[in-house]
Amino acid sequence: MNAFAKPTGALDFDALRPPSPFMGEAHASWRRELRKFVERELAPHVNEWEKAGVLPRDVFRKAGEFGLIGAGFPEAYGGWSEGYDRFMGIVTSEELARLGAGGVSAALMIHGIGLPPILNIGSEEMKARIAPPVLRGEMQISLAITEPSGGSDVAALLTRAERKGDRYVVNGSKMFITGGMTSRYATTAVRTGGPGAGGVSLLLIDLESRGVTRTPLDKQGWWSSDTAALYFDDVEVPAENLIGAENAGFIGIMMNFNGERLGMAAGATASARVCIEEAAAWAQQRRTFGKRLADHQVIRHKIAAMVQRVNASTAYLEHCAWRVSQGETPVADLSLLKVQATETLEFCAREASQILGGAAYLQGSRVERIYREVRVNAIGGGSEEIMRDLAARQLGL
Amino acid sequence: MKVLVPVKRVLDYNLKVKVKADQTGVDLTNLKMSMNPFCEIAVEEAIRHKEGQPNVAGSHYKAGTVTEIVAVSIGPDQAQETIRTALAMGADRGILVKVDHEVEPLAVAKILKAVVDAEQPQVVILGKQAIDDDSNQTGQMLAALLGWPQGTFASKVEFAGSKVNVTREVDGGLQTVALDLPAIITTDLRLNEPRYASLPNIMKAKKKPIDVKTPGDFGVNVAPRLKVVKVTEPPKRQGGVKVKTVQELVDKLKNEAGVL
Repeated sequence: MNAFAKPTGALDFDALRPPSPFMGEAHASWRRELRKFVERELAPHVNEWEKAGVLPRDVFRKAGEFGLIGAGFPEAYGGWSEGYDRFMGIVTSEELARLGAGGVSAALMIHGIGLPPILNIGSEEMKARIAPPVLRGEMQISLAITEPSGGSDVAALLTRAERKGDRYVVNGSKMFITGGMTSRYATTAVRTGGPGAGGVSLLLIDLESRGVTRTPLDKQGWWSSDTAALYFDDVEVPAENLIGAENAGFIGIMMNFNGERLGMAAGATASARVCIEEAAAWAQQRRTFGKRLADHQVIRHKIAAMVQRVNASTAYLEHCAWRVSQGETPVADLSLLKVQATETLEFCAREASQILGGAAYLQGSRVERIYREVRVNAIGGGSEEIMRDLAARQLGL
Repeated sequence: MKVLVPVKRVLDYNLKVKVKADQTGVDLTNLKMSMNPFCEIAVEEAIRHKEGQPNVAGSHYKAGTVTEIVAVSIGPDQAQETIRTALAMGADRGILVKVDHEVEPLAVAKILKAVVDAEQPQVVILGKQAIDDDSNQTGQMLAALLGWPQGTFASKVEFAGSKVNVTREVDGGLQTVALDLPAIITTDLRLNEPRYASLPNIMKAKKKPIDVKTPGDFGVNVAPRLKVVKVTEPPKRQGGVKVKTVQELVDKLKNEAGVL
């Protein structure tokens, strides 16, 4: 019955999760039902999707019906936001992370970064046109910021959109776009004005338009989610697809990053917990030199060191989430939290692999996949180096 | 028709059961509790007879057969969470009969009889057993107390006018019994696959009403009639042995195993 069936040790995912002072019955219910959904609809197919490199369309529709895709979005557009606080979001990240296949949630939840700019600063007409089908899982929307020339330095982006009558004509290219091969739309950062942050706008581009070319990119991890390079060659975009005001896109992009980083930190921390679960189960089962692996001091210390880091990350995560839910935007801490979480993930993926040995080198295990997802977490959504630099600036250094 | 579905809070089915060191029972400290899986099947069955299955051609589930589903649980305050799960799946309202100690099947059946007297449902759908004590008694006792017909271990339930046809899993295969309503039905594993509750329904469930009662409200004495002397782990399995000849096998079966 249990898709995650394995020898049960005391250190399974739930036992490892420190009790949260911020979570109550609603969070427990959501966790329970989401877990059922994940175990029934996602977990049995992960290996197949990882090989195929794409998530089937009906999975999006099922997730839409279940409420996963609409979770946290306004009811007016078919989502469900009442009672869905930051901690419900953490539960969602944690339960999806239990798959040990970040590509599945990267694909399913791609609207989590593509849609908010439209809801935050887009026109009413655009919200009503785009949000409902996205939240039903009928179409996907990606976020296209990074370019071949650079990612972290958003203010220097080169893709140009020239206003011509009632349309914009877009030329340029975007790189590392999650969902770029399958999404219908991309919330795209373009230059409409002069150099620097003040010349950047957000434009909703229909990826089926004439002049758009998409090229798939093969990558180290996240195989269930497609990644693309997008090329725009005289692509005509109706002027009403401008998201927010012209040359005022930069703030919309930056607002988005804070939520993305909290979500990535939650996912990375939970993936690190999955590594402990796998390593601890193996260490208690495997016998070498006449005793359990777990009875060798070098292994015991590895597991304790993993728990130490994951629990510290969890406490930081929940504290940041609490501050955000109080209306704060603690940019420095959200940046450092992401670093804390991805360094923890890197450490745990390494240590769990060492404990599992050859078993973690074979494809198809959760630790093997998570190991290949370390870099996308540590670089995507703001690299550790950029995050620390941003934090230092925010701290007034 | 109105359906009553009793639901029990038990140790989660994924967890490994551990006996307490003092052998007084099973250790439940800080462990995850969930709805008994057979009760989940009972809730699902009631909901399907209420909602029908518009997407399944020729389904025997017809929308509107059931009009109201009342989930009732007997247990501590936390059993409200189990009721909320049933409400999130699609039950309409809940009743918690608050008891802080273990209640034996006969006492459960007596409380349920009192709830049936008050609520007047046409059908009670129960799990055939709970995965904690595996008693498999409550449904049958309730049927006897009410004087209602019973269809136990159901693998298919079809309502037809004033009757319900229950297909039962018996040793020899399947047996179908036709019961006059009102009736008791207990669910087997293959009756259906329970749904997961969607996020909107989890949220809506928070607003559905739960009445809180005590056994005293129904005049039922829940004092235990049985005494648990000792709870122990089952003996560890011995490793197998290989025999060289049929002769040796027969000898071992006769003299060591004592089965011949």
